[in-house]
Amino acid sequence: MKVTDKDVAYVAELANLELTSEEHNGMLRDLNSILDYIDRLNELDTTDVPAMAQVSDRYGVDESKQGSERFAYANRKDVVEGLRKSLPHEVALANAPDANEDFFRVPKVIER
Amino acid sequence: MDLTSLSIDAARSAVQERKTTALALAEAHYARIQKEDGQIGAFLTLSKDRALEQADRIDRMAAEGKQLPPLGGVPVGIKDVMSTRGVRTTAGSKILENYVPPYDCTAVARMEAAGAVVLGKMNCDEFAMGSSNENSAYHPVRNPRDLSRVPGGSSGGSAASVAADMAVVTLGSDTGGSIRQPASFCGVVGLMPTYGRVSRYGLIAFASSLDHIGPLAKTVKDAAIVLRTIAGRDAMDSTSAEVPVPDYVAELAKPVRGMKVGVAREYFGEGLDDEVRQAVELAIDQLRGLSCEIVPVSLPHTPYAIPTYYLIATAEASANLARYDGVRYTVRARGVKTLAEMYRRTRDEGFGAEVKRRIMLGTYALSAGYYDAYYLKAQKVRTLLTRDFDEAFQKVEAIVTPTSPTPAFRLGEKSNDPLAMYLADIYTVTADLAGIPGISIPCGKTKEKLPIGLQILGKHFDESTILRLAHAYEQAA
Repeated sequence: MKVTDKDVAYVAELANLELTSEEHNGMLRDLNSILDYIDRLNELDTTDVPAMAQVSDRYGVDESKQGSERFAYANRKDVVEGLRKSLPHEVALANAPDANEDFFRVPKVIER
Repeated sequence: MDLTSLSIDAARSAVQERKTTALALAEAHYARIQKEDGQIGAFLTLSKDRALEQADRIDRMAAEGKQLPPLGGVPVGIKDVMSTRGVRTTAGSKILENYVPPYDCTAVARMEAAGAVVLGKMNCDEFAMGSSNENSAYHPVRNPRDLSRVPGGSSGGSAASVAADMAVVTLGSDTGGSIRQPASFCGVVGLMPTYGRVSRYGLIAFASSLDHIGPLAKTVKDAAIVLRTIAGRDAMDSTSAEVPVPDYVAELAKPVRGMKVGVAREYFGEGLDDEVRQAVELAIDQLRGLSCEIVPVSLPHTPYAIPTYYLIATAEASANLARYDGVRYTVRARGVKTLAEMYRRTRDEGFGAEVKRRIMLGTYALSAGYYDAYYLKAQKVRTLLTRDFDEAFQKVEAIVTPTSPTPAFRLGEKSNDPLAMYLADIYTVTADLAGIPGISIPCGKTKEKLPIGLQILGKHFDESTILRLAHAYEQAA
């Protein structure tokens, strides 16, 4: 088994997930089964293959330019109220489970 | 006139010529939803006020003798991962149960600007993660062609509603096959455009380098009309490409004679259902009959697509779903004392099993010590998969494959085996990874009358060619 109990607990903590013991055991089984299948990627030698994060740097860009210059069309001016007016506070906060007039409210961050 | 079986052009013309009204069209569809959707479950939310207001606007235009826009009065549905201002948008998740977006997704805004009447929001797998629609936190969707079977996923509601005449067209989203596979299972047309062709502004993010918005429709022409409406650069989405939008509808009329069409043996291997194989091989013969030249091509890295996809998609999802933490989006666990507890308990209560599984897998693949072995490795194999297509498209203009290895499976059949469910996407994830467009069109039925889908893949930004070939096949078949 690649993934251990300790790994599941550690990754759940990283991901801010609280797993019940039943969920924990299911996760241990499923992750190992999926990772076993994923292992077939090791059949491929990728030493000299570049990593690909996305496809949009290959199409519709200015071919004569380098780096981020290729995406010059996507640039916009750094101004307040640019493409879209900012949402008013009451609209931006409307979906918050807890808020006052200006801020989202959350439980105390620092424990004493 | 049966108001619930019209194409886009027929519906619009009927309203334009005052043979019916947009209001009557909307009401006929709501009546059908009332009658059928109790057993199908395709809708999560109806947006009647918004629909009737838009229908009234279109009817006034028609009464004044004004030319209606291309979707004038056409009743449509929107997958519930696209934000709709003032209309609840859940992404099929409990964590967004009461979320009401303050703005519209660009694709939705463009549909409405073109006259579409939004009937409501379509059920889907939670955060578009699934291949059967059984991962919806609300209720599953049943396949209108056989109610004991799944409609496919994740855009199951979008596909089922079109198949059951509860909407003329719908918008879905496709990250690993979520438009094409349900289209195949329900016997409708599903188009995933090129990455960057359609703005994702307002789409609830699953995997940002793989997410696409596209139409599900009754005909190829309807899909072309919708793509023409929603395609093109949007300043609100920096990944939407600055590439001109052709008139996809006009392009349909061009001949397919002499078109070089590739067939890759990697898509006909182990696991492919015999009846699906026969139907797709028959379709290939029919393309030959249309004077297309069938050319064998090789896409040798295809067997590595599923593992690559499930590393990249889950890694991106684990980052995108970090925002659901109990602060901004309506749901927060009760009785929590600390911030950390609030995050954990809200997410534990709000997310379903598959979403948690993918967040865990993605977090693991990105974590220290495993990043190179998993995430980076997958990104490299993604390059190899993309090169496969680059090479094949040197020789051919389109590639045909089955959309899914099997017809629609039964509810519950794969829900306890995540890996078996992931393999349902084996023929569709490749196009998402390479960013190329793909369409699924019906190509016959099994002995049990279950629809089979033919997938046509094309070059980047060459939707015209795959739509043209799909249209020619549809007309001939």
